[in-house]
Amino acid sequence: MKLLSTKATCNSHGQDSSYFLGWQEYEKNPYDEVMNPEGIIQMGLAENQLSFDLIESWLDKNPDVPGFKSNGKSIFRELALFQDYHGLPSFKKELVDFMAEIRGNKVTFDPNHIVLTAGSTPANETLMFCLAEKGEAFLLPTPYYPGFDRDLKWRTGVEIVPIQCTSSNNFQITEPALQQAYQDAKKRNLRVKGVLVTNPSNPLGTTMSRSELNLLIDFIKDKNMHLISDEIYSGTVYSSPGFVSVMEILKERNDLKDCDVPVGDRVHVVYSLSKDLGLPGFRVGAIYSENEVVVGAATKMSSFGLVSSQTQYLLSAMLGDKKFTKNYISENQKRLKRRQRMLVSGLQKAGISCLKTNNAGLFCWVDMSHLLHSNTFEAEMDLWKKILYEVRLNISPGASCHCTEPGWFRMCFANMSEDTLNLAMKRLKAFVAAESNDNACSKRTSRRKSLSNWVFRLSSRDHREQEER
Amino acid sequence: MGIEIEQPCVELSNVAVSETHGEDSPYFAGWKAYDENPYDELSNPSGVIQMGLAENQVSFDLLEKYLEEHPEASTWGKGAPGFRENALFQDYHGLKTFRTAMATFMEKVRGGRVKFDPQRVVLTAGATAANELLTFILANPGDALLVPTPYYPGFDRDLRWRTGVNIVPIHCDSLNNFQITPEALECAYKDAEAMNFKVRGVLITNPSNPLGITIPRSVLEEILDFVTRKNIHLVSDEIYSGSVFSSSEFTSVAEILEGREYKNAERVHIVYSLSKDLGLPGFRVGTIYSYNDKVVTTARRMSSFTLISSQTQHLLASMLSDEKFTENYIETNRERLRKRYEMIIEGLRSAGIECLKGNAGLFCWMNMSPLLEKPTREGELKLWNAILHQVKLNISPGSSCHSSEPGWFRVCFANMTEHTLEIALQRIRHFVERIRTQTESV
Repeated sequence: MKLLSTKATCNSHGQDSSYFLGWQEYEKNPYDEVMNPEGIIQMGLAENQLSFDLIESWLDKNPDVPGFKSNGKSIFRELALFQDYHGLPSFKKELVDFMAEIRGNKVTFDPNHIVLTAGSTPANETLMFCLAEKGEAFLLPTPYYPGFDRDLKWRTGVEIVPIQCTSSNNFQITEPALQQAYQDAKKRNLRVKGVLVTNPSNPLGTTMSRSELNLLIDFIKDKNMHLISDEIYSGTVYSSPGFVSVMEILKERNDLKDCDVPVGDRVHVVYSLSKDLGLPGFRVGAIYSENEVVVGAATKMSSFGLVSSQTQYLLSAMLGDKKFTKNYISENQKRLKRRQRMLVSGLQKAGISCLKTNNAGLFCWVDMSHLLHSNTFEAEMDLWKKILYEVRLNISPGASCHCTEPGWFRMCFANMSEDTLNLAMKRLKAFVAAESNDNACSKRTSRRKSLSNWVFRLSSRDHREQEER
Repeated sequence: MGIEIEQPCVELSNVAVSETHGEDSPYFAGWKAYDENPYDELSNPSGVIQMGLAENQVSFDLLEKYLEEHPEASTWGKGAPGFRENALFQDYHGLKTFRTAMATFMEKVRGGRVKFDPQRVVLTAGATAANELLTFILANPGDALLVPTPYYPGFDRDLRWRTGVNIVPIHCDSLNNFQITPEALECAYKDAEAMNFKVRGVLITNPSNPLGITIPRSVLEEILDFVTRKNIHLVSDEIYSGSVFSSSEFTSVAEILEGREYKNAERVHIVYSLSKDLGLPGFRVGTIYSYNDKVVTTARRMSSFTLISSQTQHLLASMLSDEKFTENYIETNRERLRKRYEMIIEGLRSAGIECLKGNAGLFCWMNMSPLLEKPTREGELKLWNAILHQVKLNISPGSSCHSSEPGWFRVCFANMTEHTLEIALQRIRHFVERIRTQTESV
């Protein structure tokens, strides 16, 4: 026996994929400027480390807040006892104000329609539980965040059917692609309950255009289904055309009430403070929906993953400081823009380009297809391993994001110092130069052979699993 | 008034529209009545006194003192040097210092009679999440867990709602002080089989909610033998283990396993939380301790859906690593709970109401069956309603806990001041007197 459930024994958690090899190798040999300058530089982690000083200075000026004091009085007891799944009212209010501010106040959110969850991971899973049965499906544009395979499918039994996007139009969603995905689901006998998009996109690092958003609204209106817009990177948009939330589109259109169920009741937004504020450890996520039944059910489900009241209080005070939030949002964006420029120019020097529409997020979507020895995913994996073991950079291969075209990689730029980023670019440049100076076949073949031996030895060791975003 | 047209809706899942969340039960109606008219010593002395909430408010001063003396636990020091690392930390293994401190604290609560390995501690945002998570791991939709009655009403949601797993009751009654018997276990197993449910495990709460008693060692041995014979799991929810009035009276299933040299231990999983013992339900701190490697690994991965805020882990790592603090807390907390228990028992006795002899928890299991008009569930709900609306006390009716005998109620005593408890007891005395006079005059 020890019989466990099918969920426990299946592989839908996704953590046995070779993708995690990168993480493991990094853990064994992590770069450190002083201690390990030859180590692997982590470029596979979408963390925002650029603006901590702003938060630290706020904490310094407001020591009472983490100390459980409000107006000089201790509120420790009240907070310690507060486990109401409706959430701390002051925190919900400040959170929706913050979300509105990020959207240039072009839309407002009602705090009664927000559901707090321990991160966006449970927010997405909860929406699946609320909107779909086991065996039903959601359509997702590729490439998409690898974690969705676990978050949306594992315990819910919901399927993902990809909407294939290609580099021919910078991976934008098209009508034919949507229709094709819908047909693909039909062929697999899957009932489609909705579409889930990430806007700004991970891993593309681009904002969704107005026409794409309108296309999606038309599609879900016509097919009578839901739309989930995961907007956790909304605060990281640093250049034009700027961020347009699906909520803005809903406000603009006036053809959305003339159907059985108002479209507004079928659109749900997911948010989190993990990327914009760089606080993934604090587990702060949210679902926003105008649909009261969804809000009701999701609120009850949030019992399984509430936000710590200690954390709700800290953030209600921080986000309630409008001077702080205004400065943070703009300064954070400036720094992200600068960092992205560094990465892009560094890549250019190595003869590598990235998606030219890249204007958001903590990463670039990089085109290394010209470095592949063949236009295949095997070649992409070979190149990825070379970059991991020879260049000593851990980056994310497009295959792990379900990209349909080999050769694309996601490279993060906001989780390290400027010096480290410069070093990473230097190494990459040297690698590319060496590759092109190579005598074509022989050297490459022998290097690949010794490489695959090395890989075989390492992959047979005991791994420690890790989280990867 | 116009014609009501039924609004069609884009289908939501069965889970979303089902009532398995259980929040339409009378149990929650009491909450509402309290919310609408809450007792306050000064501003609303005739309001509803909340005695349906198992919160521990008797030892906050100890926590506050600790925080006062150790500000670095709640802040990150001057200039916040530890802040970045803490804010970035989302590793589902949890903060090592915190996991270790948790394991040590669990050992202390059990009087040092058993050892816990920090590597087997999985962290979740509360015991609610821990129980659901374990159910996802141990059972498939349509399977069943056996749970002794009466049990915590929240289990109906936590174990069943999103998991699709069934609860089959193990019937316990007052004839033997609600102890679990081997016959009752076998009976429940057969009931499940008759309903075509595959039984995956037994889930016990020890100390019990709502009974407020610890499970005797001999009964634990029998339960362990039963699950071994049937080749199923045992989940022991020990969230009230630190609330036992006298440490020597609690035997954890961990102790039994240690005594058996961990033979067959990989079917046993313990749930713990700081919500009851430390009075911190808002901080969402729960754990699963499993002797099964695969369960530990899987639970850890699944905990991604319910991680504990690293800010909170940092605070509690500091607090629970402080052995002087924890030892003093555990002892003082026990003593205060014991005193409260004695106060309420005495007060109820003077009103002519008997309770199950308890030795743990934040509540007592009160027998009001002599006051029922009819010895039925309806009779119990009628009495409950009267107590809620006339006496203005929100207590939990046994039927909401799936008790098979009408007339038992769970009354909490640790979530209010002593003064408020006095008022509540007075109100009960008057109410009982009124009923007795009415019955006698008829």
